[in-house]
Amino acid sequence: MNTKGYLDMELLRFTTAGSVDDGKSTLIGRLLYDSKSIFEDQLEAVEEASRSRGNEEVNLALLTDGLRAEREQGITIDVAYRYFATPKRKFIIADTPGHIQYTRNMVTGASTADLAIILIDARNGVVEQTVRHTYIAVLLNIPHITVCVNKMDLIGFSEDQFEAIRKKYLEVLRKIGAHAEVNFIPISAKYGDNVVKDSDRIPWYRGGTLMHLLETVPIGHKSGEEGDPMRLPVQYVIRPISDKFPDYRGYAGRLASGALHIGERVRLLPSGLESHVKAIYQAEKAMESAFAPASVSVLLTDDIDISRGDFMVSVGQAQPQVSQSLQMMCCWFNEQEMQLNKRYLIRNTVSETVGVVKSVDYRVDINTLEHLEGVTSLKMNDIAQVTLRLAQPMVFDRYVENRTTGSVIFIDPDSFETVGAGMIVDG
Amino acid sequence: MANKLTHLKELESESVYVLREVAAQFERPAILFSGGKDSIVVTHLAYKAFYPAKIPFPLVHIDTGHNFQETLDYRDALVQKLGVRLIVGSVQESIDTGRVKEEKGYNASRNRLQTTTLLDTIEKYKFDACIGGARRDEEKARAKERFFSHRDEFGQWNPKNQRPELWNIFNGKKNMGEHFRVFPISNWTEMDVWQYIYQEQIELPSIYFTHERRCFFRDGQWLAAEPCMKLKPDEEVVTQRVRCRTIGDISCTGLTLSEAHSLEEIIGEIAATRVTERGGRADDKRSETSMEDRKKEGYF
Repeated sequence: MNTKGYLDMELLRFTTAGSVDDGKSTLIGRLLYDSKSIFEDQLEAVEEASRSRGNEEVNLALLTDGLRAEREQGITIDVAYRYFATPKRKFIIADTPGHIQYTRNMVTGASTADLAIILIDARNGVVEQTVRHTYIAVLLNIPHITVCVNKMDLIGFSEDQFEAIRKKYLEVLRKIGAHAEVNFIPISAKYGDNVVKDSDRIPWYRGGTLMHLLETVPIGHKSGEEGDPMRLPVQYVIRPISDKFPDYRGYAGRLASGALHIGERVRLLPSGLESHVKAIYQAEKAMESAFAPASVSVLLTDDIDISRGDFMVSVGQAQPQVSQSLQMMCCWFNEQEMQLNKRYLIRNTVSETVGVVKSVDYRVDINTLEHLEGVTSLKMNDIAQVTLRLAQPMVFDRYVENRTTGSVIFIDPDSFETVGAGMIVDG
Repeated sequence: MANKLTHLKELESESVYVLREVAAQFERPAILFSGGKDSIVVTHLAYKAFYPAKIPFPLVHIDTGHNFQETLDYRDALVQKLGVRLIVGSVQESIDTGRVKEEKGYNASRNRLQTTTLLDTIEKYKFDACIGGARRDEEKARAKERFFSHRDEFGQWNPKNQRPELWNIFNGKKNMGEHFRVFPISNWTEMDVWQYIYQEQIELPSIYFTHERRCFFRDGQWLAAEPCMKLKPDEEVVTQRVRCRTIGDISCTGLTLSEAHSLEEIIGEIAATRVTERGGRADDKRSETSMEDRKKEGYF
């Protein structure tokens, strides 16, 4: 890999869903192994650990199960992040456990993913957990879904069975109402068929390998395009107060979407004050424009009152909503149940306010997709649509339009733990 | 043409965002500075995040007393250049005051002792967020780390009960006496770090480049023959051309035989290598889960 090529690479973040039995860790191990991203000492360590557990073959799953408890119990407990690169792209894998009690971890891994791999055991076809994983991928608005039908070797590489699974899965997607782009790949993670290398045992499949897909799937959704509404949540105000920069006030933040240009008329929300962009900096480098997801420091032509949590938007574009009541899909994360009318801290990008849940509109049974009404609290791993009332107005977009400005977390004001996540449906 | 950031730009942007969150959410943050390339990159990112203001955190160095002189010289020059405060926590002092006991034997290392010195330093200066250069690709326990990683009042990490971290919303709220470890370059790999150093032309301690050094061979790797290292009778000191791939203290830094004089040559070497950088770290070889065990106690 030469330096030039490396400096031009793009980043793709993806998540994997499936249980240990589906061969998820084996698949990741296979991607790392066949792309030569595993080093000799890692492989030796895994070989030795496999031997000491009495496994006859090298257990690639041990590459990803890092914690003592995970290795002892042979399960993945927490989200693990893995990295590999090919000459075309750098990849970040959020490897999440598939058990029902770990729905929260799947939601976590899915929150930053550009693509989701849903693993299906070819012998079992579409099962409850396939529905659950797909529902979460769609709920978190992951732009691409790739269904890997694994263990094809155990069903004799049958095209008919693969087709039957594909049809069944498309029905599930319709039921969920998904808009994501979906691909299907027949694979054997254990033997490597269609993972990195083409398989000559599945001649009827004419699509590319999983790796080929990962390397070529478009990453056009990072929302840095000119037409996307510009959103800059102000994170921090840089004030050097030095002789060299006596009046410098830089509004620092990471562009959540769109592009920002010098001279552009901008509005600050929720105050509604307006000004023009005087300069855009990345450290000492002055720029004509910047686009998401760049971190920048912005100077304005007017001296107006701006602080952390304010939103900078472009005057000429679609405006975000500002509201004290919110409707959102919520996933609960904590053993302490969510209570109606209890105060939680609600954080959206970098701003925070107190909020209470006024009602649970319905809870979703994520195995059957049924909507259950008459619910008054949420248990860990529950997903529901809720209505919130906030102490201060919040600036936001709908989650389906902007994953950054449309998402919130719930913080318990007593334990300070992150107890839930919300995807805003409307104001 | 589509507006796309290269992966290095995207990683930089993410790290700068994390560093600004630290400045906004905490009262007394500090950068844990080891003199290694990762903490150097974190410090460079902090410089970029707050320019033209100075970095709003001090640098904290936990000095095992067994550091390469080149690392200390580099540290002092950097602090001078950036105009930031340096705080040194001394493991020797922890030993002298009986806070910790020195390990014995040939493989004795002060690596584990650092944890006590680190936690004492955090308590003394009441740091509420310690920014480190750890990366998730380094080690399997680190692969489970959060950007904002909560530590209880004993400085311990509880990997089975970590706060979920979604999107780019970071929750740094805590009770009195607790603190956070923050890892802005969590998503970077060793290769990313080197490419970034190359792209930004960041200056490094000279021992990252090839030089002649008196060494000896033990357990499959070259170690520096410095006075703090106790040689076994059959171990022979020879002069080799080596460089460091990572820098820890002398007792646990494996040296790579290398002729790499430049960043390009180092990148070429790393692209061709088949051993992880921590493969050269004696501290990780103690057991299958030694990093997890140390991290639970409060290690970096």
